Amino acid sequence: MADYQNLFTRVQVEAPHYPGIPHEPQGLWKRGTKASASYWLGKIGDAQIGPFYLGATGLASIVFGLLAFEIIGLNMWASVGWDPVQFVRQLFWLALEPPAPQYGLSLPPLKDGGWYLMAGFFLTASILLWWVRTYRLARKHKMGTHVAWAFASAIWLFLVLGLFRPLLMGSWSESVPFGIFPHLDWTAAFSLRYGNLLYNPFHALSIVFLYGSVLLFAMHAGTIMAVSKYGGEREIEQTIDRGTAAERAALFWRWTMGFNATMESVHRWAWWFAVLCTLTGGIGILLTGTVVDNWYLWAVKHGVAPAYPYSFDPVVDPATLTGAGQ
Amino acid sequence: MKTRYGMWLTGLASAVLLVACGERPPVDTVQVGYRGTGMEQVYNPRLLQEVAARNQAPEVVLPMADPEGPLAKDIYQNVQVLTDLSIGEFTRVMTAMTQWVAPADQQCLYCHVENNLADDSKYQYKVARRMLVMTRDINTEWQSHVKETGVTCHTCHRGNAVPANVWYMDPGPRKERGSIGTNAGQNTPVTGLGMTTIAHSSLPFDPYTPYLLDAQNIRVETTTALPGDNRASIKQAEWTYGLMTHMSNALGVNCTYCHNTRAWGDWTDGNSRPQRVVAWHGIQMARSLNNNYLVPLTDVFPAVGSDGQARLGPMGDVGKVNCQTCHQGVYKPYFGAPAAKDYPELRKKPAPVATESDGESAGEGDSAGSAMAESVTAQRSAPLPNAVTPVVNAALVARR
Repeated sequence: MADYQNLFTRVQVEAPHYPGIPHEPQGLWKRGTKASASYWLGKIGDAQIGPFYLGATGLASIVFGLLAFEIIGLNMWASVGWDPVQFVRQLFWLALEPPAPQYGLSLPPLKDGGWYLMAGFFLTASILLWWVRTYRLARKHKMGTHVAWAFASAIWLFLVLGLFRPLLMGSWSESVPFGIFPHLDWTAAFSLRYGNLLYNPFHALSIVFLYGSVLLFAMHAGTIMAVSKYGGEREIEQTIDRGTAAERAALFWRWTMGFNATMESVHRWAWWFAVLCTLTGGIGILLTGTVVDNWYLWAVKHGVAPAYPYSFDPVVDPATLTGAGQ
Repeated sequence: MKTRYGMWLTGLASAVLLVACGERPPVDTVQVGYRGTGMEQVYNPRLLQEVAARNQAPEVVLPMADPEGPLAKDIYQNVQVLTDLSIGEFTRVMTAMTQWVAPADQQCLYCHVENNLADDSKYQYKVARRMLVMTRDINTEWQSHVKETGVTCHTCHRGNAVPANVWYMDPGPRKERGSIGTNAGQNTPVTGLGMTTIAHSSLPFDPYTPYLLDAQNIRVETTTALPGDNRASIKQAEWTYGLMTHMSNALGVNCTYCHNTRAWGDWTDGNSRPQRVVAWHGIQMARSLNNNYLVPLTDVFPAVGSDGQARLGPMGDVGKVNCQTCHQGVYKPYFGAPAAKDYPELRKKPAPVATESDGESAGEGDSAGSAMAESVTAQRSAPLPNAVTPVVNAALVARR
């Protein structure tokens, strides 16, 4: 008979719904009591859905988020003349663009970026309110606020891109368009304008932490799954009372690379890698155009960018020659 | 069983991906710069065959003409442009033009009035005259771009009365929609005017007007490490990006054909290949041709040509040239075959436009010139597409 042993069990436990711990203070919003179970969600996680708790900040966040979503979506739809077929066909190309440069930090007409600023405001409000929610829910559960602060790091990058840097540059036009391909074009154009972002050391750090996060995630998840039959997924127990799962996993990594994280510290590694990804990325964006205007030349100046031997004849900028143009 | 299922799924996914991309591997890679810098050209040999097939220089069937002998202008009436050609050379050029440009069923009569070849009342005649001056101008004054290879009518026309690859100002899929849904001149893969070789991207779809008609600043990168006077915006960089994507598509080359992509704007330290200089002159040339030859013909063209096809764009502008007009997907038109070599008639310096003495006053040439100038001015002061305005005004933005 199958029995529930670890996180890989294919058995779904049917049990009375778990309502969650009591928490104080209760506040204006009462937590819901209804819960249901989903067989298919049970395949990838806990089968229990609910009870829900939205709260004032959660509700406000969703309302603001919906407003931003609607403004963006309706502008996209309008840009194809309200044609539903074209809206779907061109969806990845469509965008709500930030104001044109000549408006600076002033309020432009609705069609020239006014809608963009409005959508940006509502989206920012929504995200900040959701952050407050994650913080307050953690406090209510007497948890640490690690999730909230990790989320804050992502919000930092978001605010740098759409608020702090445009303010420092004196122009809303510097912010990122809302659209799938258009925001990718913006990314490429940003690097083109500021002389190759790959030479921006904070961008480099951000990439290190991005890829590092992915690597750590795979290493950690792989390790735990590999020792789950020894109870390895009970990481907290294994932290306090090291069992054969922890010992096998640790020895595996020491043999592999001479060093191992612990059942506890690997989570700090992962948290910091993830947090530092957007933290350093935000710094890199904030410095671009404000402190450094051409990262390639900055790298040359500081001996970072190497010089390569010429493999073709040197050229001279024709625009600097007299009689240029013919 | 399970493995086989997965294999089929993987195979199917790969097939879908390949079909969606339109290219199957393997591709050929040609190194064009120092090792390790990623400077290489990627070619798909299967697609290249097709491109090669449609980019062959036409066979030279007409025997060379004797430059000696009486001048055509002394024999024929109303010869204003090819005044320096012998009657043999003149006839050769006219014959070649019927093969390169005129529809097969009309031949000489596409431009000429039957029974009076000196009658220049047809618009095609007037256009052809200017195009001959332009061709000679390109071959003699723009060797910075066309070198000794040169161009003929066929380089652009390829047997069509109107070259297949000309561009018109593109208002975009603009519809009346009040204060919502402005696309800022970009963000659409379908622009009605199929000419845009940057279709499929969400970049600005008409980068030609600001750069190949107007002379907006293409260079957005700062030339110093730290901030200085450069006020170019990221939006402006997208317009430059659009133009460069057009060039890449029009020439069938990667960015690395001209640039070391680590420093796009840099001309020093081996960051630019000599090809970039040629391309730079190409931009100047396209701009010059558009302003000096094509825009002034705006009033000459009818809205609808004799073949029932439109001659003017949706904004009433004349068809203009960009890189694609001549290159047509190849790094050098006809893969560098010296097209103009066999046509010395087209490689002479444009003679000052003379008018015949038979009844036409010399003053008419001048008035044509001033009309041209007026037309250019009118075109220039015409409002650019909405989205270009931000680019123009980018310099006005106070940054800090």
